[in-house]
Amino acid sequence: MSSGTTSLTRRERRAQERFAARERGAWAPRWFWPGFSAPATIYLLVFFAFPFYVVMAVTFGSVDPILRQPVPAWNPATWSPAILTFTMSNIVHSDGLYYAAFINTFFFVGIATFLCLLIGYPFAYFLARRAGRFRALFLVAFFAPFWISYMLRMLAWISLLQDEGYVNKALEKLGVIAHPYPWLSGKPVTLILGLVYGYVPFMILPLFATLDRIPASQLEAGRDLGASPARTFRRVTLPQSRQAILAGFVICGLPMFGDYFTQQLLASTPKTRMIGNAIKDSLDVPIFVQRGAALILVLLVILVPAIMYYLWSTNRAASEITA
Amino acid sequence: MSTAAGIGSAPRGGGLREWIGNPWARTRFLWVVGIGYVLWSLIPVAEAVLFSFNSGRSITRWQGFSLRWYLGDAGSVLHDPSLQRAIVQSLKLALLTSMVAVPLGVAFALALHRWRGRGAGSANFMMLFSFVTPELILAVSLFLLVLNVFRFIGLGTAGQLVGLVVLSLAYPVIIVRARLFSLGNSYEDAAMDLGASPTRTLTRVTLPLLGPSIFASAAIIFAFVLDDFVIVNQLSRDASTETVSIAIYAAARTSPTPAVNAIGTIMLATSTLLIVIAASVYRRSARRRGEAAGVDALG
Repeated sequence: MSSGTTSLTRRERRAQERFAARERGAWAPRWFWPGFSAPATIYLLVFFAFPFYVVMAVTFGSVDPILRQPVPAWNPATWSPAILTFTMSNIVHSDGLYYAAFINTFFFVGIATFLCLLIGYPFAYFLARRAGRFRALFLVAFFAPFWISYMLRMLAWISLLQDEGYVNKALEKLGVIAHPYPWLSGKPVTLILGLVYGYVPFMILPLFATLDRIPASQLEAGRDLGASPARTFRRVTLPQSRQAILAGFVICGLPMFGDYFTQQLLASTPKTRMIGNAIKDSLDVPIFVQRGAALILVLLVILVPAIMYYLWSTNRAASEITA
Repeated sequence: MSTAAGIGSAPRGGGLREWIGNPWARTRFLWVVGIGYVLWSLIPVAEAVLFSFNSGRSITRWQGFSLRWYLGDAGSVLHDPSLQRAIVQSLKLALLTSMVAVPLGVAFALALHRWRGRGAGSANFMMLFSFVTPELILAVSLFLLVLNVFRFIGLGTAGQLVGLVVLSLAYPVIIVRARLFSLGNSYEDAAMDLGASPTRTLTRVTLPLLGPSIFASAAIIFAFVLDDFVIVNQLSRDASTETVSIAIYAAARTSPTPAVNAIGTIMLATSTLLIVIAASVYRRSARRRGEAAGVDALG
């Protein structure tokens, strides 16, 4: 240790410098790690953040009268709010173009998300606590829908729900219905069940991850201290899964706001139109692209608080764990 | 002690009131939920796969086993060039997206793990924001981007690739960060103590240790892209850039034949095979390194 720095070779001295740097928590040059984040950061800036500006430029731009194509206005000073005003008034007035789509979306997504929680919580609890030696099997079965094509799963329901399909046959055998129920003739109930079926894994994922992490010792402690199982659940398990319920609501509910294909496949009538359908339909017609862009902005403004709250709260939860 | 145990085991008696008071304690109810959920989520899939082998044109009435929708019929997978093109396009996009998103994501994860500056927080925030933004919003904004600004990208394979990378970038970041977190710093510290430079530590120690999780994230992205619909549909140019999910969607809205089930079954088999390979590779290498079973990357 006291051999003297002069006798060290250059190589040894460099190693020693690095050691000292690491002791300070920075064993690489200052630019080294930030440099690694640069490609992904630049990519996201160009292809995730910047496109929002393009959406605004299109919304506040104009339409070429001859080509009937939207012309984006790149300079915010020249932005015209006409289309946004038009879209907004068609959302808020009950006879507007988009009023029903917005009401439907909040109604369907609200019910579907709630049903997802109702189904997802007990299943996540089961998976985390009670599956026992079959746990691995149930885990595989649970993850399967994540790699089975959504479209294939919806196609399956389309055939199951036909008038002469197996669902109607089974219900008739059980005596629940006397005649086949026309599931696929634009029924909101079919759409809601389709949304639940499609998105419930996203609810279960955070719930399972959290319930699985609650140590059994805490539950035992609750019982040893005289709490009934119900009370243990209410006072130990439920408070700890609150964060996960919130996460589940966000990652299960948010994508439903952008869903239009489930409606198209299972309940394709104007009666069950959702925001996603309104956006999709506008984009298919060049002169209405501006309206689609305006709807995207409105949707974004509605959803950003939920996204921010979710990111903020998970960030806080993460820093509590690491602290 | 004995009283506590007595209270703990009290609700064994049964009764509706108790059940309502605490259904969670009753294992039987949870087993019904567990088995019921799995049946509900997988029986439709089994039905879809089964009907790909139907010998009739119907997707609701079983008329006997045959391979006509795979090999025989004029509209079968083997004889319908548009279905084959869809499979090729799906696989091409899945491969390309993994090749672009995995390196970007792994580098980003490494940076976030080490870099504690203000920029790190903002970059991470943007990545997570892109992860929870509804796909339709991403798809439409990218659609407007490639039509109005980056016209050289345009609609088609390049546009689809750009969008899919945005969509799947978060997977390697999350998976690799979880792995870095569980690995700790000791391996890298040891390498540095032994005189390795940062670059050498990275290439000889960190990346090999991350190998299984890098592979796992590539497999997950691959399977995820095969399944994607919204981005791929919005940014496709014409029939030549349609994927399997678009083909199934289009057919399901008009008059589906079991050929659609067949193409879906082929994709299902592909991604299942891929996930099984990824999981076994991940497990084997995790075990070889003396780690606990490597499922932590999934959580």
